Amino acid sequence: MADEMMRFTQTLGESLRERGVSRRGFLKFCTATASMMALPPTMVPAIAAALEKARRPSVIWLSFQECTGCTESLTRSHSPTVENLIFDHISLDYHHTLQAAAGEAAEAAREAAMHENEGKYLVVVDGSIPLANPGFSTIAGVSNLQMLEETVKGAAAVVAVGTCAAFGGLPHANPNPTGAVSVSDIVKDKPVVNVSGCPPIPTVITGVLAHFLTFGELPELDHLGRPMTFYGQSIHDRCYRRPFYDKGLFAETFDDEGARKGWCLYRLGCKGPMTYNACATTRWNQGTSWPVESGHGCLGCSEPNFWDTGGFYNALSIPDSDITRNIGAVVAGGVVLGAAAGALNRSKRASAAAKHETVTIDDLDKTS
Amino acid sequence: MQKLQDIAVRVEATDGLPLNHSNATPILHEILHALQRLLNEQESTTIDLRALPFGPGDEEELLNQLGTGEIRVELNSLGRSLITETAYSGVWLVDHRNADDQRIALQIEITPIPSILKAQNEDVQDAIERLEDSLNPSCTETAGP
Amino acid sequence: MSTPTDFLLWVRGPGFDIALVIFLIGVIIRLLEVLVLGRKPDLAEARGTEMGPGLRTVFTRTLPESGSMKRSPFTVVGGYVWHIGFLICLFLFVPHIELINSTLGVKWPGLPSNLVDAVAAVTIVTLLAMLFSRLNHPVKRFLSGPEDYLTWLVTFLPMLTGYLAYHRMIDPYPLVLGLHILSVEVLMVVFPFTKLMHAFTFIFARWYNGAMAGRRGVQS
Repeated sequence: MADEMMRFTQTLGESLRERGVSRRGFLKFCTATASMMALPPTMVPAIAAALEKARRPSVIWLSFQECTGCTESLTRSHSPTVENLIFDHISLDYHHTLQAAAGEAAEAAREAAMHENEGKYLVVVDGSIPLANPGFSTIAGVSNLQMLEETVKGAAAVVAVGTCAAFGGLPHANPNPTGAVSVSDIVKDKPVVNVSGCPPIPTVITGVLAHFLTFGELPELDHLGRPMTFYGQSIHDRCYRRPFYDKGLFAETFDDEGARKGWCLYRLGCKGPMTYNACATTRWNQGTSWPVESGHGCLGCSEPNFWDTGGFYNALSIPDSDITRNIGAVVAGGVVLGAAAGALNRSKRASAAAKHETVTIDDLDKTS
Repeated sequence: MQKLQDIAVRVEATDGLPLNHSNATPILHEILHALQRLLNEQESTTIDLRALPFGPGDEEELLNQLGTGEIRVELNSLGRSLITETAYSGVWLVDHRNADDQRIALQIEITPIPSILKAQNEDVQDAIERLEDSLNPSCTETAGP
Repeated sequence: MSTPTDFLLWVRGPGFDIALVIFLIGVIIRLLEVLVLGRKPDLAEARGTEMGPGLRTVFTRTLPESGSMKRSPFTVVGGYVWHIGFLICLFLFVPHIELINSTLGVKWPGLPSNLVDAVAAVTIVTLLAMLFSRLNHPVKRFLSGPEDYLTWLVTFLPMLTGYLAYHRMIDPYPLVLGLHILSVEVLMVVFPFTKLMHAFTFIFARWYNGAMAGRRGVQS
């Protein structure tokens, strides 16, 4: 218990030195952290200075209407040294999937963490919040909405992990039977960071937490509340297949010549042009690959309403209507109407000619 | 347990040649400019290879082009790190691994000597203390409250 | 219509359908109502053929005429620059070819995107210069009516929104892409009922001029 308290008050620098980690090791750790946070290598000294003094923040993780995919993603971060060190320095005080305690004890842990770290703790949320009926999703008999409002009250900031928490996610899909909303729909008076993705890239989740740990503040956000360092550029702009798009070389099916040569997947419904995420550089599974590299277009999972955008295999900017298939009927309709208009013009001309009266000199005399 | 990175993957184009997406060339140009800056303005540069949108084969192509030079250093702290000079003097490849030998950072440094190799003041201070302790064991015994 | 993506889905779905139907039916009506009318038979003896000189005129009148080139070089050169630029952007930008291919099933090779981007910038600047000249030149201003400004606007907006979309200058991207598609749909709707019809009628008008001259045995 004394040890536990000791670790609690130590800074990260002190704790590493105590474990016999050299300054070189610490710099290596900072380099890896900078790389993970997608910050330029020139930031390493600043990160080292900040991490030296960093104290472990308390984190309360709330899971609402979700599939646990985000937690699965997080626990597969696969860079044990860096992430473990970070998690050693984040006090994950409540996570009902990962924690050992259950029932009363679990809820007591949450309340204790909130009480002890009033105004300083970080709330991480995965899953959307149902508003249609509070009974749709409850934890220990407490509705998601109530638990969120209660927990967020004393928080420093809220991190919405996954597209469900960030934008409503799959539960929010048309027709949204549970009345699901995102965290930012409810939390208005605290900073909210959206770490979207279905699931988010593991190192992006830890990268955002590392940023908070390092600098004690939240990273710069885009118009959807996502960290610019990870969501600042579209998949399309960072895609290594982009040159094929610019040259107009497209795979037509998933097994044709173009697909084998690794051409652009735009025509197969890739949502890369409208999706902002770090997949193209960070990649998945320890940097092994990412969807486009493995031959499948981007689904756009880090964007709001990605499941309601008219099918994963339809390019978003290309019309998908029936009209194009019935173009013959439209043309025929035009011909009929045009012929009718022409006939009308002809009859007008004919009647004008028929009504035309010849004027003689006598007529002119009469009128004058 | 077999790790993902141990599974040998060789990306080939349809004609059987190793595939790359020509992204190595612009990085080589960047390295050239960084070398010129190093010589003329003594300015070091670090390129984080993890932040580059490489396609399959690009990283291999870049590392092939850079080759291996005269120096190879292994650092053991929080896992292994390999620091190697490439065939181009002043261009270093810094490969940081964790305790499970998984890569946690891969960088190219254009500098006379990578900063991580230099002895750090904190570590030197620690060394002084430890060496003093071992040279004067009696001191530590007598020195007390 | 709550989110930018919903907006994009509407403009590329029902919006595009509406615009395409109005455009197609409108163009066909406008062409047929003139063509069905026909011409009075020319009873005079023909001194030459119609077809050859007619077709020749369709092409020769595409070239600048030296008189107007001398009188108002800016109008002539500017007109060529933006017309050619507009056609390059419309028909040689790869995503546009993709769109035409998926709608009509025909395709052709495009130009590199960055080249089209440069052409688009030139076209936008030229269109602005043409408007400026129209507003400042006393004769041009006198000759211009509301329709002239309307057609300028509906031609300019697709160029502008396309440029903004390509460079992602407006967030979020689905919004600016949706605005681009919408601006083209406005152009398609306005097209058949304004002077923009010249894109089709110029062929008939020129052919008729050439054919008439050819029949009379004079040079058109």
